[in-house]
Amino acid sequence: MSWKVLIVAEHDGAKLNVSTAKCVTCALGVAGAEISVAVCAVDAAAVAAQAARLAGVSGVLAVENPANQHALAAVLAPQLVALSGPFTHVLGPSTTFGKDLMARVAGLLGAAQVSDVMAIESPTRFRRPIYAGNAILTVEAAGDGKIVGTVRMASFEAAGPAATPAPVEKVAVSAQLPTHTRFVSVSAARSDRPDLQTAARVISGGRALGSAEGFKILYSLAGKLGAAVGASRAAVDAGYAPNEMQVGQTGKIIAPELYVAVGISGAIQHLTGIKDARTIVAINKDAEAPIFEVADFGLVGDLFQIIPEIERLI
Amino acid sequence: MRRILVGIKRVVDYNVRIRVKPDGSGVVTDGVKLSINPFDEIALEEALRIKERGGAEEVVVATVGPADCQQQLRTALAMGADRAVLVQADGVVEPLVAARALLKLVEREQPLLVILGKQAIDDDNGQTGQVLAALWNRPQATYASKLELGPSSARVTREVDAGLETLEVDLPAVVTTDLRLNEPRYVKLPDIMKAKKKPLDTVALAALGVEQRQQLKLVRFEPPPQRQKGIRVKDAAELVEALRKKGLL
Repeated sequence: MSWKVLIVAEHDGAKLNVSTAKCVTCALGVAGAEISVAVCAVDAAAVAAQAARLAGVSGVLAVENPANQHALAAVLAPQLVALSGPFTHVLGPSTTFGKDLMARVAGLLGAAQVSDVMAIESPTRFRRPIYAGNAILTVEAAGDGKIVGTVRMASFEAAGPAATPAPVEKVAVSAQLPTHTRFVSVSAARSDRPDLQTAARVISGGRALGSAEGFKILYSLAGKLGAAVGASRAAVDAGYAPNEMQVGQTGKIIAPELYVAVGISGAIQHLTGIKDARTIVAINKDAEAPIFEVADFGLVGDLFQIIPEIERLI
Repeated sequence: MRRILVGIKRVVDYNVRIRVKPDGSGVVTDGVKLSINPFDEIALEEALRIKERGGAEEVVVATVGPADCQQQLRTALAMGADRAVLVQADGVVEPLVAARALLKLVEREQPLLVILGKQAIDDDNGQTGQVLAALWNRPQATYASKLELGPSSARVTREVDAGLETLEVDLPAVVTTDLRLNEPRYVKLPDIMKAKKKPLDTVALAALGVEQRQQLKLVRFEPPPQRQKGIRVKDAAELVEALRKKGLL
């Protein structure tokens, strides 16, 4: 059996998201597979060139269409289905982009989807977390149809640069694209801080910060550390931080070198999001908080004294 | 009739601490509290609010699962759903099978909106809504944190990695819910009594013409690796010192 993996590129029209490079590393786990990346865009040249420079990629398929201005699953899915013919696996990232899109692709293909692939044991056997990471399930696909998968971002490093770029092929796709779904707007908080999903250091705050104002001491320390800032669900629900900062089962799942949980009690859903962090630091006034069970370093005390003091010391 | 179909799934309750069976064949569910998947409760709440605002006339709730899922459907009826449908199926129901069953109900009920949770908290697949939208060839708006329903279209604000994205979708459409869409109501005792009289239909999955195919074999369940318990430091200075020693600062 020769395996062929198609990876769906995530991008903003100009820049390839690092999630694609992580998918490539995951795909390298399919022994002997030929790996292609699909770039659907209005003008694919810049993004396709970036994808072509990822080590392990043997070809890039560029699909250009004015309808690809915004990443709408209903518009992208038929194009990917049209491209998927020769491929045994179709992979995308387990980001909101990929989770939204890949299941629609799987539905159109009538294929099984393996969500949140954390390890590939064989070309048809995968490991994935279930129950918010409280169990790990190994699944085996029959291998008689295409396998669709989303790749858990915290489980794979980004693929490095290739010595020579892979060829880029422009492909015309004749799929009928719906107009029933229209992009209206996106509101993203502009931030000079590092991206939460890729930052080496992350400082997160919980409800104990008390207010959006309270979060300022975290932004200040994060600025000095070059860290990204995250938040617990409780803090987001309370309006102290925007939704894109949420870390956990239903927010972002991250794997920084250093994770500092400030005033976060450590609900199981939050711990799901930080399991793969290399070092976890917990700062909390409640010595019994469950976050201390998983922390490498725990400090019991008043965060409003401790955080400024750390900032002074570094 | 302006009708909303809500899909729900019965799952191990949010508050239960999950244990993997020693033989790796599954997780312990005997004697464990089972509830409506929390995201699906949000889906139902949203449908009820739309109806209460006059945006819909009927809310139908459906699930695919074993006979005793009737209990969760009764809870949904007590919350305010008008009717319930149980698509009866024992054993593993993969998202594709659930979506095919829901599509059959969609064809029967002709809803203007199908609302589901964005994922079930047991298998964390997060697929059924999108698969249904694909099979139905209709729009999907996943991870909704705001839903404004018009006469022939809906505006949905979605929680995405970048922030908040707003889409406009023609009806009928599939919407999946995120946590901040609403806070589901509590069921009151008189409503539980009233719910007993509401219609609850049962239909076998096979009778809908849907084959219960399992494409992914569940090979092995394992507990996750445990993190080593760390150390307590006494103050900020000791913490900074410890992190410096590890090369983290």
